[in-house]
Amino acid sequence: MGKAFGAVAGVGAVGALYAMKKSWDPLPSVKAAGFTTVDMSVCTPNKLIVEKWRGKPIFILKKTAEMVAAQNEEQTARDVIVGGEHFLIAVGLCTHLGCIPAYRENEHGFLCACHGGEFDASGIDTKAPPPSPLVIPPFKITGTTVVLGEAGPEYSKMKESGITA
Amino acid sequence: MAHFEKAKSLNEWLDQRLAINTLNRVLAKEYWIPKDINFLWAMGMVLAITFGILLVSGIFLLMYYQPNVDLAFDSVNFTIMQEVGYGWLWRHVHAVAASVVFLIIYIHMFTGIYYGSYKKGRELIWISGMLLFVAFSAEAFSGYMLPWGQMSYWAGMVITNLFSMGSLELNGIVEWIRGDYVPAQAFLDRFFMLHVLLIPVAILALIGVHFGALRLPHVNNQNGEEIDFAVEAEKYKAGNKAASKVIAFANDFMSKDLFVVAVFLVFFFYLVFWNYGFAMDPVNFDPADGLVTPAHIYPEWYFLWSYEILRPFSKDIGLVAFAFAQVIFFLLPFLDRSPNAVPANRRGLFSIWFWAMLVDLIVLTAMGKLPPEGIYSTIGLVAALVFIALWIILPIITKLEKKL
Amino acid sequence: MKEFIILAVVTFFSLLTYWLVEPFAHSQMHAHVESEGFAYADLPALTKEGNATRGADTFMAGGCIGCHNVQALGMETGMSAKDAASAYGVNPPDLSNAGAIYDAKFLADLIKNPAHATIVEHKFNDMRMHPMPAFYGAGGDDIDQEIADIVAYMQSIAVQAEEVTPTMAFENACGRCHAVRYTNWTQLGEMPNFKYKKDDLRFQADVLDYQDAVKAYMGKLPPDLSMYIRSRNEHFISTFIENPQSQLHGTAMPRTGVTAHSAEKVIEYMRMAGDPLVEERNETGKNVMIYMIFFVLFAYLWKRQIWKDLH
Repeated sequence: MGKAFGAVAGVGAVGALYAMKKSWDPLPSVKAAGFTTVDMSVCTPNKLIVEKWRGKPIFILKKTAEMVAAQNEEQTARDVIVGGEHFLIAVGLCTHLGCIPAYRENEHGFLCACHGGEFDASGIDTKAPPPSPLVIPPFKITGTTVVLGEAGPEYSKMKESGITA
Repeated sequence: MAHFEKAKSLNEWLDQRLAINTLNRVLAKEYWIPKDINFLWAMGMVLAITFGILLVSGIFLLMYYQPNVDLAFDSVNFTIMQEVGYGWLWRHVHAVAASVVFLIIYIHMFTGIYYGSYKKGRELIWISGMLLFVAFSAEAFSGYMLPWGQMSYWAGMVITNLFSMGSLELNGIVEWIRGDYVPAQAFLDRFFMLHVLLIPVAILALIGVHFGALRLPHVNNQNGEEIDFAVEAEKYKAGNKAASKVIAFANDFMSKDLFVVAVFLVFFFYLVFWNYGFAMDPVNFDPADGLVTPAHIYPEWYFLWSYEILRPFSKDIGLVAFAFAQVIFFLLPFLDRSPNAVPANRRGLFSIWFWAMLVDLIVLTAMGKLPPEGIYSTIGLVAALVFIALWIILPIITKLEKKL
Repeated sequence: MKEFIILAVVTFFSLLTYWLVEPFAHSQMHAHVESEGFAYADLPALTKEGNATRGADTFMAGGCIGCHNVQALGMETGMSAKDAASAYGVNPPDLSNAGAIYDAKFLADLIKNPAHATIVEHKFNDMRMHPMPAFYGAGGDDIDQEIADIVAYMQSIAVQAEEVTPTMAFENACGRCHAVRYTNWTQLGEMPNFKYKKDDLRFQADVLDYQDAVKAYMGKLPPDLSMYIRSRNEHFISTFIENPQSQLHGTAMPRTGVTAHSAEKVIEYMRMAGDPLVEERNETGKNVMIYMIFFVLFAYLWKRQIWKDLH
């Protein structure tokens, strides 16, 4: 009987643990604030803009015509095209250990000061230690604005081809 | 370094290092409790469980509470009550447990008074218990500040003003306690610290002392019978459990304790979900406002009796009476001059004293909440005087008591 | 048996204490106000049958839209809420759904004598006029007929009475004076989510300007109602809405004249703001109680098994 009572008490403990788990979930206000709208029409070519989305820095870089022309297919596949212009949109955290790389306008690339990792203007890693390209966040294009946090068809296509993460 | 044999089981390995089998024997299997007891003996366990509930629910509140005068109210009433998953549950549980714990403490205290469980070597159990009562009172009061509602603010204002010591006008002390001219940010921060750290630590230490003080004199029993625990324990260990006057703490006593706890929890959760108003005063759902005093201001129910002892008198006499009420219960083991550690109903005049004290405290409690006007003031004054008189005559009537 | 007697004694004293400090003490502290079911019995009964078509003309001729918007019909005064408040003390309500939100008898009396219908005659006199001028007739012989027509017209343009939503009722009847920060409601409407801090501050400055106007008009800023569902009980709120003077004599708050249905909706809105998880609480409570039955049962069975050997 002692074991049976222990089991019943155990069920109660599991119930309490469930409530405790729920108490650690992100709050509704945190989730609701997970969207950022960015106006792309104000961007200047080859000037990096950093927006904040879900607490993380988001790199937005309008590419010049020359940069686009010099790109290979892999690089172009990562471009977000808004109003005919090519943009890089990526989470600005190095995929190595999460530092914020700096953009070097002359080299058209990013250098991470922490461990020397490098990325090109499309966010593809060009020098170790980063193991993978910069992450592309969910985005949705509406006219000349982009909503971060919502997955539009262009993002879904990128995600399917496996280049977002 | 002591010599260690290679252990053959995990139990043995632990026993070599922590003496768990000895602990189990001393604290549970051969910790002897009298058999002649009733459910009132389970109140200690009910209190321990309620304290555990307060601790756990408090941990979850602590994770979202903001000790800031601008944010505290909304962090409690919006973030915790509306946004955090089951945050409302922790808050209701915490508030109701904080109130109900005092009901159990009072039952526990009056059980001790009725059965004379503060005598003959049990003085320290009583005194450590009273220290726990004071610590719980401080814990309840400091916790009451945290939602930073109207009752928090004005209770903070009134209670800290008591420390000006009436006509001594020690306003410096009041400002020192508050860290400001009025209860404000510094006040909220320090009471937050007291509530979540210093007082809980003190309570845990006092619980240890309280349990320790029980060990040598043993728990009292329902009829005040003197039990030879060594002899009775031998009977029990020889397998003659039915004839023995003692039972083991675990699982004998504990199984009864937990059944009482279970019944208590039904009552407790009913209050948590459907009848919580007594523990969560509506007035405290108005944010603190230093320029508006609520129309009716009163402490939580468990402080009402001592509040009422303060109220009917002039400022200085009221404070003296209040101080008297705070310390007098500590002295019970010494004011009761009778050697009889038996139930009150066998103690003649003390039996009347017991019920008079209980009823007087209930009257004081009721009057403490009612507006201090007309007949209620008069009743309150009489009840306060009766309270003081009862303590004055206690040594006399117990001295006259015949030795049983 | 003895244990049951002890339990009865403990229960008796606990319940007695509870009764004394809760139901009894509160009955002594607060005067009980009986609801009149939103009948507005103090107001004169409607004697005339209103005609909505005629009312439309009287409505225009009476000059209502000089101060009131009727957004449902695209009529706007062109004045911002902030400017309206600094001119009149408070932004006059939009009349699109007034016919459904407010009681007809109340509307009729309000048009004729605003301070009387809203029971704030103690605030206004010949020196200080109510911001809404009384209607002295639009030229017809029978002013009561004209008023009945206006009311009929307002009812005809409004939604059906049962279509009044909590938000609709609250915003129109309460939300021009009271903010509710837990639903993001300000006296100027829902607080937008600004991207730039300066836009946010600009909006908040407007709200403060508006609140200053209301403060000057009411004597003090009407309180934020976020937690009123818990700080006042439902009966209090309901009877207060019905007649503020009955609970708080001399208050500057005007009677709003809402229908019984709209009052319910207002309370629903306040519950949404201050106590939205009632359902979850009841549901969780039910489950916990079902669990507790098993907990008590098994605790009892275990105790009985162990104590079998002890007796």
